[in-house]
Amino acid sequence: MWGRLSLDALPHDMITIGGVVGGGLALLAGIAAITYFKKWRWLWTNWLTSLDPKKIGVMYLVVATAMLLRGLADAAMMRAQQAVFATGDGSGPISADMFQQVFSAHGTIMIFFVAMGAIFGILNLILPLQLGARDVAFPLLNSISFWLLVAGMVLMNVSLAVGEFSTAGWLAYPPLSELQYSPGTGVDYWIWSLQIAGIGSLLSGINFLATIFTMRRAGMTLMKMPVFAWSVVGSMLLVAFAFPILTATLSMLSLDRTIGTHFFTSDMGGNPMMYVNLIWAWGHPEVYILVLPAFGIFSEIVPVFSKKRLFGYTSMVWALMAITVLSFTVWLHHFFTMGSGANVNAFFGIMTMVIAIPTGVKIFNWLFTMYRGRVKLATPMLWFMGFVVTFTIGGLTGVLMAVPGIDYQVHNSLFLVAHFHNVIIGGVVFGFFAGLAYWWPKFTGFYLHEGLGKAAFWCWLIGFLVAFLPLYVLGFMGAVRRLDSYDASLGWQGLFIVAAVGMMIILLGVLFQITQVGYSIWKRKELRASSDPWDGRTFEWSTSTPIAEYNFASLAPVMYRDDFWEQKHRSRYTKPVGLIEPIRVPKNTGIGVGIGLISAVVGFAIIWHIWWLALAAVIGGIVLVITATLREDTERIIGVDEIVATEKRLRGTK
Amino acid sequence: MSARQTPQRSMLIKYILGFLVSLTLTLTAYILVSGQAFSGSTLVFIIGGLALVQMLIQLVFFLHVTDESGPRFRLMSFGFMTVTLVIVVAGSLWIMYHLNYNMMDMSSRDKDSLMTTERDKGF
Amino acid sequence: MSKPRLLDQKFLDYKTSTGFWLYLMTDCVLFGTLFASYIVLHPATAGGPTSSEIFSLPMALTETIILLTSSFTCGLALLALRQNSLRQLIIWLGATYILGVSFLTIELSEFAALVGDGHSWQQSAFLSGFFTLVGTHGLHIFVGLLWLLVMVAVLFKKGITPKLKRQLGLFGLFWHFLDLVWVFIFTVVYLMGAAS
Repeated sequence: MWGRLSLDALPHDMITIGGVVGGGLALLAGIAAITYFKKWRWLWTNWLTSLDPKKIGVMYLVVATAMLLRGLADAAMMRAQQAVFATGDGSGPISADMFQQVFSAHGTIMIFFVAMGAIFGILNLILPLQLGARDVAFPLLNSISFWLLVAGMVLMNVSLAVGEFSTAGWLAYPPLSELQYSPGTGVDYWIWSLQIAGIGSLLSGINFLATIFTMRRAGMTLMKMPVFAWSVVGSMLLVAFAFPILTATLSMLSLDRTIGTHFFTSDMGGNPMMYVNLIWAWGHPEVYILVLPAFGIFSEIVPVFSKKRLFGYTSMVWALMAITVLSFTVWLHHFFTMGSGANVNAFFGIMTMVIAIPTGVKIFNWLFTMYRGRVKLATPMLWFMGFVVTFTIGGLTGVLMAVPGIDYQVHNSLFLVAHFHNVIIGGVVFGFFAGLAYWWPKFTGFYLHEGLGKAAFWCWLIGFLVAFLPLYVLGFMGAVRRLDSYDASLGWQGLFIVAAVGMMIILLGVLFQITQVGYSIWKRKELRASSDPWDGRTFEWSTSTPIAEYNFASLAPVMYRDDFWEQKHRSRYTKPVGLIEPIRVPKNTGIGVGIGLISAVVGFAIIWHIWWLALAAVIGGIVLVITATLREDTERIIGVDEIVATEKRLRGTK
Repeated sequence: MSARQTPQRSMLIKYILGFLVSLTLTLTAYILVSGQAFSGSTLVFIIGGLALVQMLIQLVFFLHVTDESGPRFRLMSFGFMTVTLVIVVAGSLWIMYHLNYNMMDMSSRDKDSLMTTERDKGF
Repeated sequence: MSKPRLLDQKFLDYKTSTGFWLYLMTDCVLFGTLFASYIVLHPATAGGPTSSEIFSLPMALTETIILLTSSFTCGLALLALRQNSLRQLIIWLGATYILGVSFLTIELSEFAALVGDGHSWQQSAFLSGFFTLVGTHGLHIFVGLLWLLVMVAVLFKKGITPKLKRQLGLFGLFWHFLDLVWVFIFTVVYLMGAAS
């Protein structure tokens, strides 16, 4: 009746129990607070069922932040294990099996829930506004995508309490991930978390591409779009064409584990190497999916904080498109050592070096933008400077490993681990923090406290260098990745301890960030900002703060690149008149929540082999989707009077 | 024939034409294979080619990729998808072939290269 | 072009077909991955049957002709829609549905026969690849037929509305696309399977 689910699935070791209890208490506290303040209806109507991308964006960021804390907790456990307990007799608090689950969860969470969540959060908040649009192309689909991410997140967290997680790393290579060597529920949790969240991402990719192609403000040709929007084009093209590979590959692995197919098994003709090939054909574009929007964010920040137009708009666009296409030509560099031979390795090694070139172009363009500008080193700009330093180091080590001969030495060592954290933290994380500091005042009406922001930045930068530079050295000394024990005579422990100290400095930075948010909210009156606090160049800064639900009262056409800047500073700018007409706004709906819930149930049921429940949930899902397509009363009309009144209220003028 | 009828008429002709040509291509490929008209790899290339031609026919006549008046969005996104697909599929086959070849046991790989050298020498 | 896009049907058609076309492109990549896997695993028969031993070319040809015809009748249905002819529309949609069901029936009987003979997806990597590739296509056909039923039901209840026109247009894209994928399945799986 309940498949292979039983009371045995509950955790047995202290650390997991601690995690579950802690997480559970936090959840209960949240529920208690909402109940005490009688906010359930408000939460449901104003947030959970909203199709407003500004609201959906905030919810994405909340999920990403929560998962960041869990991912950092995993990282802290790994650093602690390797610095303190690894040279011992294996009797430390983290067992070997647990350690495998910790690093697998760490990678999975950071990539799929933190990074992807942060990116879709920012896209939802910023992209429609930058394009001068009122919404994304498919608002209901947008909500569904978010709730699918939540469903994946729920499964990831449930695995802590019920069952176990995968021990096969963040990519679950077979044969380890096959039934023979991982018979439990761990890999299945991994598969279904990602499958569900992955479909959400794919739908978002389609949604944002359609938005950019069809919903730009009249007059905004593609070459007049902000570079951030171009970076989204690149990233979403990659999402659209790479995620189906992940969907297919995860499906094949899942079929192997549930109905006995032999795609990647080590017998009956299966080919585990095929999995490695396919998963990286997705995996390499994935890292560009993560970093391109970060590049886009910097392309917005650097001109504003240099008071100078972005240098080389056209070459920036070409560089982005080149990186997008080239992303699909390098994936073998993740498995040079699997044995394709010299010719194949050489081709992919060369392509990997080629892809570094457009990235270099971008870095120089940003620096040229700063040259002879009036640079203001506010927090967003500091994150950019930190990015230039860290990402360049990371990029250089990447080009080093592009040489197959060198890669044979450092593949799967801590050198590799240091490289990818270097580019992801330096690029994606710093980019995200920069964007957060930059756009925060737009949505909230007050700045984030500068001093605390600077403190957080320096802790992250120094902490990152202290945590990861030793890993480069350790990699050269022969230390491989995912080690939970090593012989003390190797002399590695000192460097691991340094890395652990670095981690603690990073955690201090996180503490500063949490304090910064809390303090800034407390002192928001003193930190008040106008609706255009940085003298911005792009359309989002032309809105009021808070932003009206419909974004823009009228849809007057634009004439220039950085049209808002031109409006403000060009001497002879004739502003086109825009009519105010009734606006149709999507009504709230719980369909997204329903689909998310059903997906989580389907995943859970398949994981635990509760077949009747899986079937029932699938049928329920189909019924829900059919209901969604048949909806008639989907929009609410905001009349002209209401618009005029809102504009008066928000802007103080007509 | 009134002006309003013409676009409908031309669409109907397109559908009929597309259907008949596709049918012909399908039957040709079938006859070639069941009649074993050519040897292994030549046959593979020919029926592959016939499939590609039929794809183009169906894209133009059924899916109307060449039809748009505005930005040729369908055509461009199809182009980008095709490039990606070709790279990923052909790349995967190239990679997997080499991996599988290198994974063969030593003796059969040696035999294979021996046979290849012999063949090239004209034996 | 400062005309506001309130309930601009033309814009909604354009936006929706753009999004749907993008989805079809992603589905191409999904099938491409399954094709690549099938081709790589084709020789891995693990002592079980090879492709030339189990595929019936005449049956595959029948399926191909049925699906091609259904793609054609679907096109005729869309033409009828353009002419706002409800009766013609229903006839051609009905034909499409019947042909689609016939296709699925033949395919399922092929699967059942193979499994009955002990040649299920569990027997070898080659068979895993076959069942998954062809089965995924069959699943798409099934979803399409379900979609068609729902739309015909709405058609009977409400007649031709702009929204339904839009949805039928999307269905047409979907159905044509599935026939296109089948051309490759017929070629790569059945024809090349027999030729090898």
